[in-house]
Amino acid sequence: MSAHAGPLASLIFASLFIAVTVIGFLAARWHKADLGQLHEWGLGGRRFGTLITWFLLGGDLYTAYTFIAVPALMFGAGAVGFFAVPYTILIFPILFAVYPRLWSEAQQKGYLTAADFVRGRFDAPLLAAAIAVTGIIATLPYIALQLVGMEVVLAGLGLNGEWPLLLAFAVLAAYTWTSGLRAPAMIAIIKDALIYVTILAAVIIIPAKLGGYGAIFAAVPRTKLLLQAGSANNWGGQSAYATLALGSAAALFLYPHAITGVLSSSGREVIRRNATILPAYSLALGLIALLGYMALAAGVGQMPAFAYGFHQFGANFAVPALFLKSFPDWFVGVAFAAIAIGALVPAAIMSIACANLFTRNLWKEFVAPTCSGAQEGRIAKWTSLVVKLGALAFILALPHAYAIQLQLLGGIWIIQTLPAVILALYSQRLHPRALFLGWASGLAAGTAMAGSLHFKSAIYTLHIGTVSIPCYAALSALLLNIVVSYGLSLVWPSRHLGTQ
Amino acid sequence: MARRVRRLAGIGLLLAPFAALLWVAGYDRAMPTLAGIPFFYWYQLAWVGVVAVLIKVAARLLGDDA
Repeated sequence: MSAHAGPLASLIFASLFIAVTVIGFLAARWHKADLGQLHEWGLGGRRFGTLITWFLLGGDLYTAYTFIAVPALMFGAGAVGFFAVPYTILIFPILFAVYPRLWSEAQQKGYLTAADFVRGRFDAPLLAAAIAVTGIIATLPYIALQLVGMEVVLAGLGLNGEWPLLLAFAVLAAYTWTSGLRAPAMIAIIKDALIYVTILAAVIIIPAKLGGYGAIFAAVPRTKLLLQAGSANNWGGQSAYATLALGSAAALFLYPHAITGVLSSSGREVIRRNATILPAYSLALGLIALLGYMALAAGVGQMPAFAYGFHQFGANFAVPALFLKSFPDWFVGVAFAAIAIGALVPAAIMSIACANLFTRNLWKEFVAPTCSGAQEGRIAKWTSLVVKLGALAFILALPHAYAIQLQLLGGIWIIQTLPAVILALYSQRLHPRALFLGWASGLAAGTAMAGSLHFKSAIYTLHIGTVSIPCYAALSALLLNIVVSYGLSLVWPSRHLGTQ
Repeated sequence: MARRVRRLAGIGLLLAPFAALLWVAGYDRAMPTLAGIPFFYWYQLAWVGVVAVLIKVAARLLGDDA
């Protein structure tokens, strides 16, 4: 064991990374078509079958969020980090109940983005633009989280400083540019294979070395093992936990990349069937979350060899340190490649989804309504590049003691699109102007709450009378948004009753 | 009438995970442990399997009119 992996690990990591890069560029030739066109570049020509679509969508659950951010929170803060498990369980009843309906409406009217729905339902360009802008802004910190994940494993290999991340970033940008959505779709298959191998090794070999799951939990300090119980005056850590789970679950399928993934599936039945199969992912996610406790039990935080990594990245270094301590050199190379590629694929998918959104709903809508397919394609490519640079700016500008804060911040913003995109599916009464003001107040309140915590936490404590309720700011801001949206809709009689 | 009952039952099954997982005080404890794993953790992991079954049954009950 040493501070960094040996040369063998770096060699294997580099070979896998180069192999994936080559595939990324070759993907341009898969179902060869004119990649200057937006629908070819950004939607793979809408040619992806059920299997590939679900590699893309199911793959969204295994990102740097899963491997780095969640275990880091378990390692540093304890039980609260486990909220990712109820979060990823609750997404499936939501997916099952709501999204087939959304899919049907999209199918009938040719919608591809959340902003398309809003545009079509209300004929309110300003509201549609607000939804599109929210999608892009909320995705930036989510992409930033992927870059942090990559940074951490590169440091684990002993590649410090800015240049390795910039190199990985350049590779990502280059093959997204040339191949569009075909690149991450092809790489997703290899990524999943690498990740399954790593998960299997991690949840079997490491607990065996540490004396079983019982011994691992015994090594966790008592105060971290359970949540802080609530009382009549303070609902404590339990209300924070429940709101984190519910808020994150409601937010997930509103992200542009997730909406595109859902809508490009081949039918209602596919969505419903997958809602029963995909929970298997949540079990794996739960076991990966426990890697944070395994890192505690292994004592990597106190080892001088890893002091540098923890100093630089805080708890986010827990999983790389655990892998360095537990695995032979060659497998460290495989596991780190799995994490890095597992960050690269969603980063590409997310930036492409943002590019589609910008081109369809902002550029074509407001700037150049008559632009050609080739012009659309060019705008989208530039947007995908700008979006990635924006994500880099997030890393530099915001503190990230816990990388998960980046994703929670994105959740606070994206969830504000829920009334216009989802609730309007069920309620004809909502007025577009009311929805716009609801969106604006939710966004302002959510950002203000996160800002008052200096963007270091997303749990804002509400004081209602004498009761303190710690609550995920996404959920309390959404509540305000819903109240404003419905309240003002009562005042303004709806003018779009005829559309349904 | 039977259709209405099936529909309500199906919706109930889809709402059950929310009640079971969002009422945190109901499972925020260490005992009983399972193979050394505190209740808090294995209870939630067990719900992964439960939710898959519930959705499957709900799909039967609701047919295509969810």
